[in-house]
Amino acid sequence: MVAVTTPVELAVTPVRRRRRTSWGRWIILLLAAAYFLVPLYAAAEFAVSGPDGIGALTGIAGKSGFVEAFTLSLTLALVTTVITLALMVPTAIWVHLRLPRVQRLFEGITILGIVIPPVVLIVGVLQVAPATLKGTPYLLALEYAILAMPFAYRSLDAGLRAIPLTTLVEASRSLGAGWVVTIGRVLLPNLRSALLSATVLTVALVLGEYTMASLDQFETFPVWVVVYQQDDAHVSVAVSLLSLVATWVLLMLISMIDTRRLRRGKTS
Amino acid sequence: MTTTDTSRTTTKAGTTTGSTAVHLKGLRRAFGATRALDDLDLEIKPGELVALLGPSGCGKTTALRVLAGMETIDSGEVLVDGVDISGVPTRKRDMGMVFQNYSLFPNLSALDNVGFGLRVRGRAAAERRSRAGELLEMVGLADQADKYPHQMSGGQQQRVALARALAIEPRVLLLDEPLSALDAKVRLQLREQIRLLQTQLGTTTLFVTHDQEEALSMADRVGVMRSGRLEQIAAPAELYARPATAFVAEFVGTMNRLPGTTVPGGVRVLEADVTADITGRTSGTEVDVLVRPEDMTLAPTAHGHGIVTTRMFLGGVTRVTVRLESDVSVLVDQPSAAAAELAVGAAVEVAITGRVLVADRS
Repeated sequence: MVAVTTPVELAVTPVRRRRRTSWGRWIILLLAAAYFLVPLYAAAEFAVSGPDGIGALTGIAGKSGFVEAFTLSLTLALVTTVITLALMVPTAIWVHLRLPRVQRLFEGITILGIVIPPVVLIVGVLQVAPATLKGTPYLLALEYAILAMPFAYRSLDAGLRAIPLTTLVEASRSLGAGWVVTIGRVLLPNLRSALLSATVLTVALVLGEYTMASLDQFETFPVWVVVYQQDDAHVSVAVSLLSLVATWVLLMLISMIDTRRLRRGKTS
Repeated sequence: MTTTDTSRTTTKAGTTTGSTAVHLKGLRRAFGATRALDDLDLEIKPGELVALLGPSGCGKTTALRVLAGMETIDSGEVLVDGVDISGVPTRKRDMGMVFQNYSLFPNLSALDNVGFGLRVRGRAAAERRSRAGELLEMVGLADQADKYPHQMSGGQQQRVALARALAIEPRVLLLDEPLSALDAKVRLQLREQIRLLQTQLGTTTLFVTHDQEEALSMADRVGVMRSGRLEQIAAPAELYARPATAFVAEFVGTMNRLPGTTVPGGVRVLEADVTADITGRTSGTEVDVLVRPEDMTLAPTAHGHGIVTTRMFLGGVTRVTVRLESDVSVLVDQPSAAAAELAVGAAVEVAITGRVLVADRS
């Protein structure tokens, strides 16, 4: 009896369970999609419901102060990215190679940037910033580099864990390469995805950061969006929506590049 | 201290052969309370391939890494052609290394991997490509030059790694268990290829392994390490036939350990007196007698003191396990033709016919 019924039960049970799990996954996916997409749809609906109609989206470049604010934000994004990568890449490599025991501590330190209140951070940066930078918008780049640390470090950390770091470095050194060549020709090409990811996250952070720019009284892109909201809320929402889409497209591009690289590795 | 003049000659294939002497002198290195190297002394003659063999944690890899400059020492000297290079950084030591893990640069093709060291040395692109091509041909991978590491098998990757290490015409070639990640067949092929290349090029080579078959078949001399020290270094045949210590005897090859008692001029074991070196031991001391399976014989006897428990056919010989009356099991190698008569359960008489080594009772 037992010998006959048990295999039948075993054969049926997993199928039922799989179906249930599958439905559960779809429901969670739909709820999550609705959570993200409904506000976006509402924002898009609001943006084009103003007097300019679809012009709220297409005519953004002609709005007063937009080009200046956007150019400043792009410049800050570039400078911040350079500072962040110049600081974090060698540090992350060093920590992974020579100080693996302090990785957790270092992760904790990188988080400080987003834990410390912006006002405190600004005052702190002012204390140590070179005099030539004080009063210039580039001071913000130093502050943003601190904010970007946790995001950049996590991306680099994941990239460094995915390669045989110690072996590659030792192989390169045994062949006569110095640190610059080892990092430039061996490590960075193999950390491309991690670098791209750190870059996009840093750019996204700079393009979206409002509090520090506002406290420092510089009209960056997010500050302009808030200020312009007082004149035309429809355009302001349209700009916010477009910047969100642009960031999302960048992230998708990174994901596609990564997937293509993985697929190329598996198929060959 | 070994001081030998370096002389480099170029072979017909355009490969420079080196004749570098290495002397690791009184090396000490501790990691916390663990002594990885404990007054290690090792000399490698020019063009010689020396294998360091030993169990995990015996310090063999540390010794190799010290020579490569990847590990520091607490005291001692690393002499290459008589010059102490202890303070010289890895990149300036001119030593090619093949690692245990696959170490090819994933972003570079096989050709570019082999040419990497030459690029670092500022060689022209044409020269680099030509030299890397030659080396790939030498390791039988000329047709894989444009392949990337992920497109090659483990064995191919290690051959490219070997070509890359040789491309810089190293003073010393360092092999850190390069075959351990490969399957048995590929390991055997690559073993022969490494030995052939090393002999052709005459590059002084230090090879670290825990596989005694690899060490004994490839090396000119094998050093057996234990707890950071060299127990014995000798040619493979000598190491096998005349182990200096019980540890070496049991680590290299198969060894039986039988209870015995010292008698004048030897030991009494298996109810017979056998000649042995018992220097430092008084007569009547209980000892262990170490004897190899091929140094024993079996004879079927109705009232023998042993019973055959298993037989393992190994080709020309069959390894027979015999349980003695004292409940000790011994392995005996018999010619397969003679062993055919020995059925499992048969009573046999075991006798020692070869050399024995005496060790303290364990």
